Amino acid sequence: MSPEILSLEERFQSRIDAEIKIEPKDWMPEKYRKTLIRQISQHAHSEIVGMLPEGNWITRAPSLRRKSVLLAKVQDEAGHGLYLYSAAETLGISRDELVEQLLTGKAKYSSIFNYPTTSWADMGAIGWLVDGAAIMNQVMLTRTSYGPYARAMVRICKEESFHQRQGYEIMMTLAKGTPEQKAMAQDSLNRWWWPSLMMFGPNDAASTHSAQSMKWKIKRKSNDELRQAFVDSAMPQVEYLGLTVPDPDLKWNEERGHYDFGAIDWDEFWSVVKGNGPCNRQRMRTKQKAHKEGAWVREAAMAHAEKRRQRAVEQDEKVA
Amino acid sequence: MDKKEWPLWEVFIRSRSGLHHKHAGSLHAVDATMAIENARDVYTRRNEGVSIWVVESTHIMASDPEQGDMFEAAKSKIYRHPTFYDIPDEIGHM
Repeated sequence: MSPEILSLEERFQSRIDAEIKIEPKDWMPEKYRKTLIRQISQHAHSEIVGMLPEGNWITRAPSLRRKSVLLAKVQDEAGHGLYLYSAAETLGISRDELVEQLLTGKAKYSSIFNYPTTSWADMGAIGWLVDGAAIMNQVMLTRTSYGPYARAMVRICKEESFHQRQGYEIMMTLAKGTPEQKAMAQDSLNRWWWPSLMMFGPNDAASTHSAQSMKWKIKRKSNDELRQAFVDSAMPQVEYLGLTVPDPDLKWNEERGHYDFGAIDWDEFWSVVKGNGPCNRQRMRTKQKAHKEGAWVREAAMAHAEKRRQRAVEQDEKVA
Repeated sequence: MDKKEWPLWEVFIRSRSGLHHKHAGSLHAVDATMAIENARDVYTRRNEGVSIWVVESTHIMASDPEQGDMFEAAKSKIYRHPTFYDIPDEIGHM
């Protein structure tokens, strides 16, 4: 590496160490830029694909109240995707490229959305556990070193709290309901518990990007730290519902002041990441179909705007 | 992929009367009308604003962060701040 680049990198790191945010026009190492594009776009794609499992239940919500809430939540997810795409675009990648990476499978999204939503209770478990796990990660990211990403996260976190509360409310209603309803809640918790813990990613020792991301303060807590914080915060909520988690090894550890929990099935995790989850193919097909079928709308809107601009010019010429 | 990407717009929102418009983020739209409508849906779903400005991102000119001396002149002129002057306490608020 040339001495010039080296000194730029040193200056960059000293800014990070001094907690000075990096903004779009500031010099940054190429690898910092690439890491952020990968992470922010993956986050954006997760918000967008995340609309599908919940969208599945909009027409079958049990009441108008639940339906309005679910619609608002899914609309928020679209908004979160857009905030994040905008943040990624400040790093010099276009929206078209980002969308293409999603549709060709080059970019990943959170594996959690490759699990199916087979009962209404899943709307509760997702809001409570999946959004709850996402919040743990996102609260940390409000302090990430890249300004536009941090600002998008602040906005998202403000909105995310509603998502978790509405989910827990659904779980409370079911848990207090008939034995069948309570069983529904338990079944849903059983199915979403482990995938939620997997959302934090591989164990620290196996996490490829972690060390550099911590040094650059893109991340400020490790996968395992966040996962532990999530389990600790979720357990009292599980107990309040009178439900159990599908983990015989889960118990309070007085000495550590944390819950211990069993080993995660990493084979399942990697299998879903690599495309073999229950819904990977379905999610991709849905996104590709929507993009293809929406092409004429995007083109027509552009043509219409162009025509209006043209007319305005002609009008001006006539007046002149 | 589309032949032509929708242009990027920067969105500024006045959260309530009496305050400045503040940068909220950006979005894609074919024209200003659509940019304002999309900005409403993307950035004001919870009554965050009473007024929206949009401007095409390409029309924004920005200072260069690499130009280190850009703000130097102001840094050295500490006498522009009221705290530079010692005024006795008995004078009261000034």
